[in-house]
Amino acid sequence: MTDQGETISTNWFSQLAHPGFFMRWSAYLIWPLALISAVLFAVGLWFALFHSPADYQMGETVRIMYVHVPNAWLSQFCYGIMAVSAVGTLVWRHPMADVSMKAAAPLGAAFTAMALVSGALWGRPTWGTFWEWDGRMTSTLILFLIYLGLIALWRTFEDQLRAAKVVAVLTLVGAVNIPIIKFSVDWWNTLHQPSTFFRADGPKAPASIITPLLTMTLAFTVLFLLLHVLRMRTEVTKRKADRLEHLKIARQQKAS
Amino acid sequence: MQALWALLIRDLKSASRAGGSLTTLIAFYLSLGVILPIAIGPDKPLLASLGPALIWTGVLLSSLLGLDRIFVADHDDGSLTAFRHTRLGLSAISFVKLIVHWLTTALPLIVLTPVMGVLFSIDLDTLFAVMLTLLLGTPAITALSLVAAALSVSLKRGAVIAPILVMPLAIPAVIFGVGAAKPVLGAGQAETALLFLSAMSLVFVAFAPFAAALALRVSQE
Amino acid sequence: MIDLGPHATYIIAAYSFVFIVTVGLIAVTVSNVTRQARRLERLEAERKSGA
Repeated sequence: MTDQGETISTNWFSQLAHPGFFMRWSAYLIWPLALISAVLFAVGLWFALFHSPADYQMGETVRIMYVHVPNAWLSQFCYGIMAVSAVGTLVWRHPMADVSMKAAAPLGAAFTAMALVSGALWGRPTWGTFWEWDGRMTSTLILFLIYLGLIALWRTFEDQLRAAKVVAVLTLVGAVNIPIIKFSVDWWNTLHQPSTFFRADGPKAPASIITPLLTMTLAFTVLFLLLHVLRMRTEVTKRKADRLEHLKIARQQKAS
Repeated sequence: MQALWALLIRDLKSASRAGGSLTTLIAFYLSLGVILPIAIGPDKPLLASLGPALIWTGVLLSSLLGLDRIFVADHDDGSLTAFRHTRLGLSAISFVKLIVHWLTTALPLIVLTPVMGVLFSIDLDTLFAVMLTLLLGTPAITALSLVAAALSVSLKRGAVIAPILVMPLAIPAVIFGVGAAKPVLGAGQAETALLFLSAMSLVFVAFAPFAAALALRVSQE
Repeated sequence: MIDLGPHATYIIAAYSFVFIVTVGLIAVTVSNVTRQARRLERLEAERKSGA
């Protein structure tokens, strides 16, 4: 893709992440990942909807948890991937790190949105309100805003290579800030209301809840990995095509 | 050191020459001071209880208004490229920019806050508390603004995008700022909030110049 | 279908929303994969025929 990417380093990791080589080995991942994800979803949904009892406290609404918790986990996992990629962009200046960051941002926003909406739909029957300014929901909403900011910043740049480095700085600034935000929101929350809510991931969760929860979480995580790989491959292809298009325009200008 | 001092004076002078921006800032802040009570209604006890929160929100929004000015003039006339090759380094220059932006944006807003206090009919003790928290908390907001301005310096639409980058990250400052100023709290909690607020400002001011310098460097490569 | 109790609407709404967004995400991703692959193919063919 870029000149950096074309030079093959002796380091095995950079070789693995060299765009051309990445396209080759990642092709073998797509169908296995899709298959695993589909099987996990089938099993997970069967457990979640048909083969698990209603909770003695929350009744049938406990089933919302099986789609809410995986998305909430992915909203954070995705930021973790972006932060690691941002370090890759800034420290090793690796082009695949750029691609990984760019591919992850919209996925993170989508999973965060799903976590928020399913959380609100869970909150209404459980707490009697769609939105509770509870520590977790508030920090998840702020995380969503951070994702939107990152996507907006990606889109304002025309030069995507320069954008990658700038977005990487913002991603890391955000990563440093997220614990501070989490802490301040928790402090603010204890100030305004004592939190007496049921904690979904408390140690008391029985096995009948753990099985569908774990299966669904794995299913969504594998799906995320699949989509991430696919989006990265698309971005590599797109950059290749963009370069050819530039060359074509240059040729045409020369000819005329 | 002398060079940094000269830069500080130069930037302050050019900021005072472009007087329009200060007028805009004041007009925006005072407009919020009029619009918010009109929207809420002339209920004095309600306004007084909302006062600290409204003033903090007003200061945050107003300070985002002139955010793109931090680096844009130096970027456009090429000074920024020249600065990169001086012995000072971009971090030191960013630190000067931080001070200048705080002096020309946050400080006028804090000085104007008593007027807002009258409009929101908050009592004198609360007003002093709000001004104190603003004094301790605005450096954090200015530090974040500095980084956002550096990130968006090469963009035509930088003035639009930078505020939405700052706002989510500025939430802790607002939480601790309003938390320390609200009179309903126990004394212990207000002190905790003040300590967190000061710690945040110190840490952000310490790290922001380096993050801004990094952003400037990568966006000009 | 099993009995989802008095809050069936919320459960169905939550599952439907997550389903729609997930399927949409997959659809958009897959359509981008094919679109960019076709674009690259077309441009490479043009380059070969042009040269």
